[in-house]
Amino acid sequence: MKNAVWKQLYAFIQKEFYHVFRDRKTLLMLFGIPIAQVLLFGFVLSNEIKNSKIVVCDYAKDYASQEIIRKIEASKYFNVQKATLTHDQIEASLRSGDIKMAVIFPADFYSDLSHLNKAQIQVIADASDPNTATTLSNYLTSIINDYQAEALAQTKKPYSIIPQVKMLYNPELLGAPNFVPGVMALVLMLICAMMTAVAIVKEKEMGTMEILLVSPLKPYLVIIAKTIPYLLISLLNLAAILLMSVFLLNLAIKGSVILLFAESTLFIISCLALGLLISVGSTSQMSAMMTSQMSLMLPTMMLTGFMFPIENMPFWMQGISYIVPSRYYYTIVKAVMLEGLGFTAIWRETLVLAGITLVLVVINVRSFKIRLA
Amino acid sequence: MRTLRFLLQKEFRQILRSRSLLISIILGPVIQLTLLPLAANFEVKKIAVAVVDHDHSTYSNKLIAKIYASKYFSGGTYHSSYEAANKMIEQNKADIILEIPQGFERNLVREGHEEVYVAVNAINGTKAGVGSGYLGAIVADFNQDVRLQWNQPGHFSEAPTIDVVNANWYNPFMSYFLFMVPGLIVSLLTGIGAFSASLNIVKEKEIGTIEQINVTPIKKHHFILGKLIPYWVLSMFVFTIGMLVSRFAYGIVPVGNIGLLYGFLSAYLITLLGAGLLISTYSDTQQQAVSLAFFFVLVFNMISGVFTSIDSMPDWGKALSYLSPMSHFAAVMRMVVLKGSTFHDIQPHFIAIIILGIVFNTWAVLNYRKTT
Amino acid sequence: MSNIAIQADKLTKRFDDFTAVDAITFDVRQGEIFGFVGANGAGKTTAMRILCGLSIPTSGTATVAGFDVYKDAEKIKKNIGYMSQKFSLYEDLTVMENITFYAGIYGLSNQEIKDRGAELLTRLGIEHEAKTFVASLPLGWKQKLAFSVAVIHRPKIVFLDEPTGGVDPVTRRQFWDLIYEAADRGITVFVTTHYMDEAEYCNRVSVMVDGRIDAFDTPANLKKKFSVESMNEVFYQLARGAKRKAD
Repeated sequence: MKNAVWKQLYAFIQKEFYHVFRDRKTLLMLFGIPIAQVLLFGFVLSNEIKNSKIVVCDYAKDYASQEIIRKIEASKYFNVQKATLTHDQIEASLRSGDIKMAVIFPADFYSDLSHLNKAQIQVIADASDPNTATTLSNYLTSIINDYQAEALAQTKKPYSIIPQVKMLYNPELLGAPNFVPGVMALVLMLICAMMTAVAIVKEKEMGTMEILLVSPLKPYLVIIAKTIPYLLISLLNLAAILLMSVFLLNLAIKGSVILLFAESTLFIISCLALGLLISVGSTSQMSAMMTSQMSLMLPTMMLTGFMFPIENMPFWMQGISYIVPSRYYYTIVKAVMLEGLGFTAIWRETLVLAGITLVLVVINVRSFKIRLA
Repeated sequence: MRTLRFLLQKEFRQILRSRSLLISIILGPVIQLTLLPLAANFEVKKIAVAVVDHDHSTYSNKLIAKIYASKYFSGGTYHSSYEAANKMIEQNKADIILEIPQGFERNLVREGHEEVYVAVNAINGTKAGVGSGYLGAIVADFNQDVRLQWNQPGHFSEAPTIDVVNANWYNPFMSYFLFMVPGLIVSLLTGIGAFSASLNIVKEKEIGTIEQINVTPIKKHHFILGKLIPYWVLSMFVFTIGMLVSRFAYGIVPVGNIGLLYGFLSAYLITLLGAGLLISTYSDTQQQAVSLAFFFVLVFNMISGVFTSIDSMPDWGKALSYLSPMSHFAAVMRMVVLKGSTFHDIQPHFIAIIILGIVFNTWAVLNYRKTT
Repeated sequence: MSNIAIQADKLTKRFDDFTAVDAITFDVRQGEIFGFVGANGAGKTTAMRILCGLSIPTSGTATVAGFDVYKDAEKIKKNIGYMSQKFSLYEDLTVMENITFYAGIYGLSNQEIKDRGAELLTRLGIEHEAKTFVASLPLGWKQKLAFSVAVIHRPKIVFLDEPTGGVDPVTRRQFWDLIYEAADRGITVFVTTHYMDEAEYCNRVSVMVDGRIDAFDTPANLKKKFSVESMNEVFYQLARGAKRKAD
């Protein structure tokens, strides 16, 4: 008896695999999106601001100004272009987006510095992007401070507090460590929740769902069979993302891989449950897609903390972020993968995630019973 | 031309009758533009510090008080050991550890120098960099205070100082909304335009009416135009809603010529919708069209410069970004709205968008086959 | 030549190694009702799609309304009407809006659209439904409407691909009345079907089996030739030998 059930289940899962794997274009996207994301986040995108085009107008052309300019040129943050531009020309360059900043050394720079003990450098920043503007002026200031410190090297300052700074987990301050866990959450959400919702609504649209439900297989097994291919694809995708981060991005997995996969499976189940829930409420593929976009993709991108810092958000928005499963998953992946922590460090997040999953599954079972009744 | 008129009449009727489409087109931008800018704030502030003070001296207390008084740091916690503080980092409750060694005050006064230890959670590289920078600045400032207190005038000559005079143009109050909202309008418009255009032809394929169209003597370019124009008008409308929201909710008034903005938008939409129709001609089902559109919209968004800086990309990333129509519109939008850039300033983007538009639309017409 | 509407000679269409249409040769006279019968998968729809300019043949020749299917597909399209197997009207448009749209893209003038639209509604007896959404019409009405729309531009030939699938016998009878009326107005009707009673209504019938035309004559002659009472039996005798499975 038990054997028969397994056979039926096997046949069903096999059918689902045919559906999923025969639609080449969709399949391509399922794997294309994570690969493209990892590549883009790993190699193209960074929150770091570097190679910014600036123009340096040196009206002094003296020893001090040239020394400082040499230092600015040596920095990886700036892409320096030297020219003596008029005010109007500077404005035109900023307006056309050719430069991000103009640095102007006045004619008497060195003589002011040595005789008046004080000199000025004028900086005009394109602050339409406030982050870049602030960061660039900070970089510039620290280069100038550096110059001064060197100039004073002979006269050592008394009473110095020297901060010894150590960057934990990501000494080179790369963008990838922050993004990879986020991409994992996003991709799993996309495949499990959105694709499952769409696939089930498609069966509803075509009327084949009815046929499945009158089959001898128990209804909940039908649902399990429908979701298993997506679970496997998700795990496969996860493995692909991890392999890429290890071999392409040189991002080692510091913690236990088994723990990582176990936590991921928990998250995947919660995503699948969300997808099922959306499929209950949707009548067309289009509306399933839209609902997934609005209620899953957007919160995952906005409220997990991997794109935008949660602490900057208004209080009520932070509140909402506490019921977004990806938020917990993101924290867990960061802890296990990047910080190399064990289960003891993440049991709270795991518990909350498990709780959310349980609630979702219960709601699903309820709504499923109502649908059948 | 007459054929086109009837195609347009039909498309408009269908669009105006699809209530769910209209709702998502009108409400979507309003909701997203009120929520997203609240979330999309990259400013680094509220950095949590975990302090391990082994010295418990006047100076160490003063230093800690100075840090807490800064607007960048959101208070902090005291711990007896580095291990305890490290736990806070592991639990994401602290971003930075400041460890003040025993004998801090004594060594500073007697030996003339002393170290403090700073450990930063650097998984988020930006936050780590900026955060440790702020902390360093506060420590340096404190250091200056100490020196002033201990130095009698004339004890040692004052070092020459270089003042950096900063002028922040275009956004003197450094408002993040001013920067993000125009970018988000671009992102939103791109999503709506690409999805609706890519679903369009494929929907006729799925319900079978495309067969009927294919046996009529309709010219291919008429058919594509008939599909393109309604969504062009619709996207213009969405954009206008976006601009109104940004005007009344965020008080953003474009500095530049609004006519120029609409002029560029017209060209951008032809390019974007052409790309959407191209996706449609390649798909057999709505599911495929959505997956493809999702992929491209995602990539367009990521490399557009709306969320990260294009300057920081490697050369091939820059090339990719140049090929994506969204990057050009994002750049032009910010230039015209924030800096009042003129036609002359945005000319390179105009040329690029027109070339991309010709490529995508020609490709779409060629790939739409009436015959198999 | 002038009284030949469609002519096909050794027309063949292959998809990879599968020959959907296997060197068929036939001709259709102007004004006749020509039946194209065969089991599902026999190649009827493929052959029809070639004649409508939707599909390019692999080999053989064919002319429709005097135009070559290879070179003049777009000219053919000006001279034919087509009603596909899948329902082809827009469900989210009203009856009159559908009429206006299809009449418009065939280049009818506003006056013609108005006159013929009104005439069409009267003939179908649905004057009061002009502003009804097509989605809410019963299936039989939809199909009659689809046929009427397919001939609104008075084409030389109209192609009907299994037009009566899924409708009740009374509606089917009414549908055939519309076909006769169109034929009376001089429109050549090319219809595929697998209902053998419908084959009896045709002037001439060709029976397709496995992509070939195995029989081609008037229904009366075919019955005589196979010495049977009905087209049903003619078909049964021919289709028994089919190798292809119906799908």
